[in-house]
Amino acid sequence: MASTEGQQHPLGIYFQIWILLFVLSAASYMVDYLAFQGYLRWFLIIVFMMLKAGLIVSVFMHMLWERQALVYAIIVPPLLLLVFVGIGTLEGDYTFLTRDIFFGGAE
Amino acid sequence: MTQSAQATMAETAPLLDGTPGVIADWSSDQRAFKKTPWGKAMMWIFLLSDTFIFSCFLIGYGTVRMSTTIPWPNPSEVFALNVGGVHVPLLLIAIMTFVLITSSGTMALAVNFGYRKDKMTTFWLLLATAVLGATFVGMQAFEWTKLIVDEGVRPWGNPMGAPQFGAIFFMVTGFHGTHVSIGVLFLAIMAVKVIRGKMDREEPGFMTGRKQDYGMVEIMGLYWHFVDLVWVFIFAVFYLW
Repeated sequence: MASTEGQQHPLGIYFQIWILLFVLSAASYMVDYLAFQGYLRWFLIIVFMMLKAGLIVSVFMHMLWERQALVYAIIVPPLLLLVFVGIGTLEGDYTFLTRDIFFGGAE
Repeated sequence: MTQSAQATMAETAPLLDGTPGVIADWSSDQRAFKKTPWGKAMMWIFLLSDTFIFSCFLIGYGTVRMSTTIPWPNPSEVFALNVGGVHVPLLLIAIMTFVLITSSGTMALAVNFGYRKDKMTTFWLLLATAVLGATFVGMQAFEWTKLIVDEGVRPWGNPMGAPQFGAIFFMVTGFHGTHVSIGVLFLAIMAVKVIRGKMDREEPGFMTGRKQDYGMVEIMGLYWHFVDLVWVFIFAVFYLW
């Protein structure tokens, strides 16, 4: 039945992605182990996180081979979360400043 | 019968690719998700909603951590372990991450061997995935015990710093751990279904008249990979920040 075709791919790609995920996990652990700080730490954490997430979604969850209509339906809505992250950051900073002014040690 | 007849009718027209394909698929007035079993589409939509739930937790966590004037406990130190007198930062969390990644690999292979109709291999891979998932939950239980009993972390306070740390930690890891536990349960159920040959004989499922096939293993896989995916984000923003 054409409507229930499964996702079938060569085994090799799964092993390659598996190894890559191990390497990326080890790399993100090393960020902490080697105690990188500041913007370098943030940059590396975000890069390794996005790479791992991308590999899992595209290969292990077969998004790479799904029709674009499904891909857009699932991938586009979470992009709105970036707006939410922005609002959260503004709110967090504002609250921090307010607390610092009213409860901080400053006379 | 009606569903398959509809599907055949819809699939006789040639399908477009790229952006015209998106528009054509959505405006075809029949099925938006061509060549996708409805179970898989539903699982994806459930996972999309779950994405928003976990995002709310993590964004809430970010806002709380940014807004506190009391220093946040250093996760690298809080989750460190002493192995043979050597102090290793974040060791337990790193092992948990590797356990979950390993289980993701066995799950991906289970889906693959399922479609090959290799009953035994699929069964053992599903079982391995369930065991690794249970191991993860066990390690999480150990971590919680260590934090609650030895370090005195409570949802309303802790000796290390900002009192919100406990609330966020138990909420986020607890919700994720619940997802893993439910996943382990369903992996076990799926493994039993496979070994009993329910998929091979296309028997109707429990509480449904729908025929079971190896597509169910793929849908199960989507859920399990999602749980791993959430851990990637928790590991990055909670433990590494």
